[in-house]
Amino acid sequence: MTKKAFRPDVDAPEWKGGYSPYDIIKEGTIALVVVALLTLLLAIVFGSPDEHAITIKTWSNAAPVDFATTALSELNGTSTTAQYGAPYNHGSTGPQLGPFTLAKWAGVRISVNTVNDFVIDPLKSQPSQPALSTALTQWSQASSSERAGWVADYTKAAGKMTFANGQVMVNSTNAGPVPVFIEDLTQMARSGALDQALITQAGFYTTNYTMPLLFLADGTYLSGLADHQHLTGDQWGMMNETGSYPGQAWLWLYTFWYQIPPFNTSANADVLVFAIMGLLSIGLLVTPFIPGLRSIPRKTRVYRLIWREHYQNQEKT
Amino acid sequence: MSTTEIDRQWTTRLRRRAAGKLPPEKLLPDKQPSYVSSWIYVFGVTTLAALTVVIATGCLLAIRGPQWWHSSSVGLFVNSLHLWSVEIFFFAMVVHLWGKYFMAAWRGGRAMTWMTGVVTFLTSIGAAFTGYVSQSNFDSQWISTQAKDGINSTGVGAFFNVLNLGQMLMWHIVLLPLVAVLLTAIHVLLVRVKGVVPPFEDVPKATK
Amino acid sequence: MSWYGSFAALLPLDNLGHYLHWHFIDISIANVVVIALMVITFIAALLLPFPGRQRRKENP
Repeated sequence: MTKKAFRPDVDAPEWKGGYSPYDIIKEGTIALVVVALLTLLLAIVFGSPDEHAITIKTWSNAAPVDFATTALSELNGTSTTAQYGAPYNHGSTGPQLGPFTLAKWAGVRISVNTVNDFVIDPLKSQPSQPALSTALTQWSQASSSERAGWVADYTKAAGKMTFANGQVMVNSTNAGPVPVFIEDLTQMARSGALDQALITQAGFYTTNYTMPLLFLADGTYLSGLADHQHLTGDQWGMMNETGSYPGQAWLWLYTFWYQIPPFNTSANADVLVFAIMGLLSIGLLVTPFIPGLRSIPRKTRVYRLIWREHYQNQEKT
Repeated sequence: MSTTEIDRQWTTRLRRRAAGKLPPEKLLPDKQPSYVSSWIYVFGVTTLAALTVVIATGCLLAIRGPQWWHSSSVGLFVNSLHLWSVEIFFFAMVVHLWGKYFMAAWRGGRAMTWMTGVVTFLTSIGAAFTGYVSQSNFDSQWISTQAKDGINSTGVGAFFNVLNLGQMLMWHIVLLPLVAVLLTAIHVLLVRVKGVVPPFEDVPKATK
Repeated sequence: MSWYGSFAALLPLDNLGHYLHWHFIDISIANVVVIALMVITFIAALLLPFPGRQRRKENP
């Protein structure tokens, strides 16, 4: 039987040298105590961040025009969510990885209809208000082209939207029930009722914040706050934390790709970066089997430092 | 009952196999090869220690529920312990990974040890991420609404909804810790079975 | 003030962070510190002598 050749990056020599005493339990105990004390020290000195969540109430009171404009974008189908595609709706094909439209293939599983879910249904949940009831009836009895006409008319005038004396002001002429919708939804938001209406669509108990988070993210208020905290995508925000705490520094490579061409301008950046990181992760996983990559440790000779005592002993004997 | 019948029992066979692969003196060794002499070796056990603190502080947070830490200074302090132990955990794990890479620690039939380590690392990133989106504060609002695009783009978002707090919290406190701890256990047992990788054979005349 | 008021952090890092900006690289000081400490720790672990040399004999 022939012996296989020794491959230095795959095989390890058999250890024929000596052994030293080693107290594994003591080592583990010391490590645990040291780490616990260090954790305690860091927590006592630095604490941890907790910026309060913003609500649709805070948003619509701080930036009523941004809120009302976002509400309109949900109604006229121009919001990010309305045009998202899978998994929320059929608004677009979504990101593509070459010929693969992975999101679309997975399907619309978390159905979001921005017109009904963000505007009409919350308004319907309001206790009877004559003007609103009339507007909702008018909307439900109209054809889709009539609705589109009203929304288009309001959208045209909404470029000059203002908010004065607690009211949304838009000079539309033939917008049907839309001005009532936007005004009442804004009032609902400012009172806090919309926060409640968006999360209680599934019933009394809920732990799912998909609807209010999507609505919030469609406006510019949330991203404005994030920009202030240096958290946006083009600020390497994925690695960052609010305040001056360290963040998820281990996401540096994932974040890095978003900063450079072609990813910083590509509409498919998300899926491309995920694909790259997937490949790199597989690369790390199978490093022991990749010729070249697995030889770097032997060739860089960093190991001479790690095992210098061993090599010194060898040279002596 | 014959001896052969006992020999054939699943329990007997499992016990013999386990005892053969991992006798007590290997599982809890009292000596180790003398080349194990560098500070770089302490980062594996440091990672384990940090994982223990992460889980312990997470359990403390669980006692009063997910909203407690927003309104209690004790809760915020426990959250601080949880955050900093996570930072130490990743810190130690990355240094451990660098060290093991430069030792080419996969040599001598240890590829599975390396691979379970890498999968544990990736699982931990997922566990930390679900923690960040389960905070129920501004940070989690922003992170979840941003991260949804990346995850949705792969199709996974159809089943793994980062905007669903309940789902993310369950992944964070049940599923991913379970996987991470299981993988860690396998990783550590593999290290015990295979032993610590010996140095490269650098001086040919000294080894024969 | 109740007894647990003393749980407040000594030097909370709640103020807005500082960032290093160089070409497309934009990184928070806190993250730079963490990453630099990792590199320093790694190098120190390679270079610092490990105690207890006398007890280890290569050839028993």
